[in-house]
Amino acid sequence: MLRKINSLVYVFRQGIANIMRNKLFSLASVATITACLFLFGAFYAIVTNFRHMVMKAEEGVSVTVFFHSEYDLCYLTEGVEHWEDYTHPEGMIPSDVRLKEIGTEIAARPEVSEVKFISDDEAWATFGPEYFGPDYAVGYEDNPLRGENSYEVFLSDVSLQNDLVTWLNSLPEVRKVNADESTATTLTGTNLIIAYVSAGVIALLFAVSIFLISNTVATGIAIRAQEISIMKYIGATDFLVRSPFVIEGMIIGLFGAGIPLIAMFHMYQYASDYLVKRFPMLMTRLGLLPVETIFSFLTPVCLLLGVGIGFLGSMFSVRKHLRV
Amino acid sequence: MELAGPPFRLIRWEPVSLCLRCIRETKNIERIREVMSKKEEQERERQEFIEEKGIIYLENVSKTYSAGVAAVSDVNLSIKKGEFVFIVGENGAGKSTLFKLLLRELKASEGSVYVMGQDAGKLRHYQIPKYRRQIGVVFQDFRLLTDRNVYENVAFAQRILEVPTEEIRKNVPTILATVGLAGKYKAKIRELSGGEQQRVALARALINQPAILLADEPTGNLDPQNAWGIMELLEEINAQGTTVIMITHNREIVNSMRKRVIALKKGVIVSDQEDGEYVEED
Repeated sequence: MLRKINSLVYVFRQGIANIMRNKLFSLASVATITACLFLFGAFYAIVTNFRHMVMKAEEGVSVTVFFHSEYDLCYLTEGVEHWEDYTHPEGMIPSDVRLKEIGTEIAARPEVSEVKFISDDEAWATFGPEYFGPDYAVGYEDNPLRGENSYEVFLSDVSLQNDLVTWLNSLPEVRKVNADESTATTLTGTNLIIAYVSAGVIALLFAVSIFLISNTVATGIAIRAQEISIMKYIGATDFLVRSPFVIEGMIIGLFGAGIPLIAMFHMYQYASDYLVKRFPMLMTRLGLLPVETIFSFLTPVCLLLGVGIGFLGSMFSVRKHLRV
Repeated sequence: MELAGPPFRLIRWEPVSLCLRCIRETKNIERIREVMSKKEEQERERQEFIEEKGIIYLENVSKTYSAGVAAVSDVNLSIKKGEFVFIVGENGAGKSTLFKLLLRELKASEGSVYVMGQDAGKLRHYQIPKYRRQIGVVFQDFRLLTDRNVYENVAFAQRILEVPTEEIRKNVPTILATVGLAGKYKAKIRELSGGEQQRVALARALINQPAILLADEPTGNLDPQNAWGIMELLEEINAQGTTVIMITHNREIVNSMRKRVIALKKGVIVSDQEDGEYVEED
């Protein structure tokens, strides 16, 4: 047991000694990982905030469902020129009970997050002032939107809007479905682009980091070639020969992760304060994520990535260069 | 109800569980004994092999490199425990290949290399470090760690074998005294003469008490005075029971020492003489 502890202490000390012996290259590696993880962190912060904004925009995307009513002045059915000529087919005008049922059916759909019933009176109270100004009610004895009961349906996933619209149109009581297809398509497209670009950039950054750290460890191995050969001749185990290099890589990775995390934390705070002060209206609407939300994910991930990149990079070059 | 308490359980069950434990332990002990006796038998066989064939035994050993060049051809060799053997030959005679075969840096293309009764060719990768611990190695260019002092260079050989620090602190001064460097343990390697550096290398090779010392041209970089100093040391080490195998070009040393001399030429043993001299076969 004591021997094992001694070995571990030895390996750890050798790992640190390797870094000190190879100061310039170690610094270069720390700087590279720092740069990569800084870019990763910055990219993550931007992408997460952007996604957050897109999600906020998605939350506002709604589909409005109108129903047949006896008050309809004009029917958009083909071949009908005068409303007097048209009578609703039997059963198409929903009763109040049926309207409630439809509301429950819509709410039960998986793509729906929220359903809001808007009565004809509520509709007139909202749209009247919007279109005719404060005196909107002048000249109208009754609500001109009488019978225009509707449901405003909010989606949980914008990409499923088409499915919902198709289903709604299949209901015989539904006269019209208002849906903004271009918004949904744009948001879905944006989400996809964000996912692909972020995956690509992150993969590239990690590949570069692993390549650079493996180069640093390979240089360390070249510098210590004599020591390694002596170790081999004396009868050192593979573990003892390889471990210091792996420890070296992991320590470099840890530093390479810590530095950008500290820098980004302060920069994010500064940037969000600046944006809120500079564009208060925009920021209130879009809303930046708080620093804690970003860093509660970024801190463990960056530390793990740093140590992981260090481990992988050193293992890669140790395997390649130390065939002991 | 009173009987259900701990004292009852103790009285009632303790002897039974104790008996069961005894049976289990007895079985374990039997198994340990079996393993021990098997190991003892293997060790006995190994010792018998060493007694009969030698501490180093090469049987029809050939080594051909990938380019088709035969570095060593059909070598048969036996070196007894405690011998002092010179291996001589021109460049390209196969000395270095032999050295690497003994260290299991290379694997023989044909034949078997036995060191301390172990077939080097049959060793698995993880067994090689333990195998190498039986052999001390010294090189012409010393191969010391120049960024560390004398003590650290020698201690290094024990550290990598996981020897506790207290033991290292006792062992290093003792071995440094043996090689005549007791007062120089703090000196940097660059501050030492060639002869002293080779003594440090010898101390490093010997601190783990190997049964065999392989020396590849240990006097090659030294002036005559230092070279003789190293030879005296090697003879002393050999007198203490370590088998010494020395590869050299130094005719004067070989002829003066009157030890066993094995001459190689183009990968073949051309002469093997007890109390021999450096001979060059045409």
